[in-house]
Amino acid sequence: MPAFYQQYRNQILFSVMAGLLVLVAIMQSLSVSLTILNLCLISAIMALGVNIQWGYAGLFNVGVMGFAALGGLAGVLISMPPVSEAWQAGGLGILLGLLITVGTVVACLFAWTRISHLKKQRYWIIAAIIICGYALLRIFFDPGVDAIEAIDPSVTGYLGGLGLPILVAWPVGALFAAGVAFVIGKIALGLRSDYLAIATLGISEIIIFFIKNEEWLTRGVKNVNGLPRPVPYEIDLQQAQWFQEWAITLGMPVDDASAVFVKICYALLFIAVIGILLWLSETALKSPWGRMMRAIRDNETAAAAMGKDVTWQHLRVFVLGSAVIGLAGAMLTTLDGQFTPVGYNPLRFTFLIWVMVIIGGSGNNWGAVLGGFFIWFFWIEAEPIGLWLIETLTSGMDPQSAVRAHLLEGAAHMRLMTVGIILLLTLRYAPEGLIPEKKRL
Amino acid sequence: MTDFLNALTLLGNFLIIPGLTYGSQLALGALGVTLVYGVLRFSNFGHGETMAFGAMVTILVTWGLQSLGISIQPLPTALLAIPVGIAVTVLLTLLIDRFVYRYHRERKANPVIFLIVSIGVMFFLGGLIRFIIGPGDQIFFDGTRFILKAREFKQMTGLDEGLSLKMTQAVTIITAVMIVAAMFWFLNHTRTGKSMRAYSDNENLALLSGINPDRVVMITWILVAALATIAGTLYGLDKSFKPFVYMQLLLPIFASAIVGGVGNPIGAIAGGYVIAFSELILTFAYKKVVLYLGPESMEIESLVQFLGTDYKIAVSFIILVIVLIIKPTGLFSGKTI
Repeated sequence: MPAFYQQYRNQILFSVMAGLLVLVAIMQSLSVSLTILNLCLISAIMALGVNIQWGYAGLFNVGVMGFAALGGLAGVLISMPPVSEAWQAGGLGILLGLLITVGTVVACLFAWTRISHLKKQRYWIIAAIIICGYALLRIFFDPGVDAIEAIDPSVTGYLGGLGLPILVAWPVGALFAAGVAFVIGKIALGLRSDYLAIATLGISEIIIFFIKNEEWLTRGVKNVNGLPRPVPYEIDLQQAQWFQEWAITLGMPVDDASAVFVKICYALLFIAVIGILLWLSETALKSPWGRMMRAIRDNETAAAAMGKDVTWQHLRVFVLGSAVIGLAGAMLTTLDGQFTPVGYNPLRFTFLIWVMVIIGGSGNNWGAVLGGFFIWFFWIEAEPIGLWLIETLTSGMDPQSAVRAHLLEGAAHMRLMTVGIILLLTLRYAPEGLIPEKKRL
Repeated sequence: MTDFLNALTLLGNFLIIPGLTYGSQLALGALGVTLVYGVLRFSNFGHGETMAFGAMVTILVTWGLQSLGISIQPLPTALLAIPVGIAVTVLLTLLIDRFVYRYHRERKANPVIFLIVSIGVMFFLGGLIRFIIGPGDQIFFDGTRFILKAREFKQMTGLDEGLSLKMTQAVTIITAVMIVAAMFWFLNHTRTGKSMRAYSDNENLALLSGINPDRVVMITWILVAALATIAGTLYGLDKSFKPFVYMQLLLPIFASAIVGGVGNPIGAIAGGYVIAFSELILTFAYKKVVLYLGPESMEIESLVQFLGTDYKIAVSFIILVIVLIIKPTGLFSGKTI
């Protein structure tokens, strides 16, 4: 049996996963099962992104949430129709602000290279440039922001997007995340490994604060609803002649059939993306580049001695992984059809993804995908299971007792504790994960 | 002259006293992070939750004392409960070390693995805290609220601006000074403290000279638990106790430790104040100060604020980035205790 398991491990594990989803489809409903499947697919893509950074290169990114939020932001900025009054009211101020920011950065870089002979003074010069630039920025930017936020705040109050199809937002989300990752990587890579963790933790918090507070761009906590879809709307399907006939032949009510149809469309789109990504990652891992990355991960000093530029390769792989996470973030907003900045919390978007990678098997792309499926499935189903468990355990107690009420109330926090315990147990007893990295000779 | 004094009082009330208080809390937190880094050589992401745990135990004991009618007016009862909080937290950290960290330490695991393990511990503790005390806001402050009231100060000096000093602020600053002094005395003048510094400086050499590594690790966790409990309780007394806030404190605490130079206790304390004052200076609205200092007829519309208060968290990050670019070893470069 163990030999059989060893040989067909991937097939067995993925069949178990499929079986679980089928079980949910039978016990709850097909629609619920498909909802879980779609989020599993997105989680798997995020896990792939983290695996590129951690599994290929040993980089510890604690800012997954920030990169995913950037992808989500791209969804809004690309797909929502532009608000022309807002552009007229404050567009000029915003554009001037952007110009000033770019100008300040260019001036800083220029000054930095030109005055390298001045040792201490150049910090003061750079600081002076930044302060002047910031003051200028505030003078032009603030009135623009106020004007934009004043326009019909309950409906718009922001600049809107470009009004392009939302599928365009997916690569753009990846680009956003890659851009921020490049800056962070430039600063924190090449220093001690914990600095990257702390820097990414910081930047992800700041991205979320930015998105919540800069209402002229994102509507902040007021959320952006009604993002356009890449797939048909249920209501259109229900009125279409062909769909009604099709639903009758399947023997399903038209409402249910339309919901299921839309979810299947999403699932197919996501499977296509995950297929392409998996193919690319596997090819990259087998290529000479993948060999070099593993060499760097396993022994940085030796790789550096062989003439590999470790920091530069780390930067590349960090940017690539973040881009994949940004892509997944954009896909998530597409699926939700709305952008809700308050929804981003580090537990759900950073640490859960990490648990997926570690449990799935770091360094193995299939492992990351499987981890994404398993962990998301249990994350969704853990709450009912936990509640049921506590209820059963305390059923002998007096229903009015305060202890029982407290325990039932606390059941919601069991998820947090369970995630922690699972992580600790995996790291100790199965550090390789469900699907270990292939041993290569 | 009065205008100048008014402006000064205004700054004192809203900038200097809060800065000293917040800085002391950060310094105590950063000291714990730096100790773990110096001796155990990893960045402890679980520190925020350890602080929350210590504060939680202290709160529970405080409630118990309050229901028994024990108090130490005018000081808050929580001060009486802190020793119990420390004892329980010490027990917790030692248990965690025994069952979680020791295994990885014996295998000489990579620091990044320790980091991930500490994140697991963070979740576990976070869940435990929310399970025991709930995610809500807890107020456990009692005793006299103000040592110096703004109104009294105005009457005393005849100025338009008042200077107030809250009991919690005074308690925080004084406790922090005492703890830091005791800490340095311990590290520099006792045999155990010296052995800790030696171990942190050069592990192999320390082992050769017969220092017991298990004992050093144990003492470190005891100190870390004590510092975390005190920092957590002081923060909870001053603001209020909310479990999720302690996770958000993690970034400023790490920033303080790194700005000062990770592994360097003096650096951690300096870093705490640097971060606290930068946060307040950059997000303070200087409108009234400018009005006092400027000419009589001056009128300004804006708040004269560098950054919105919402971006407080960004300040510690910006400082962190500047330090990483200019001097990655921190202000007081050093990796040893």
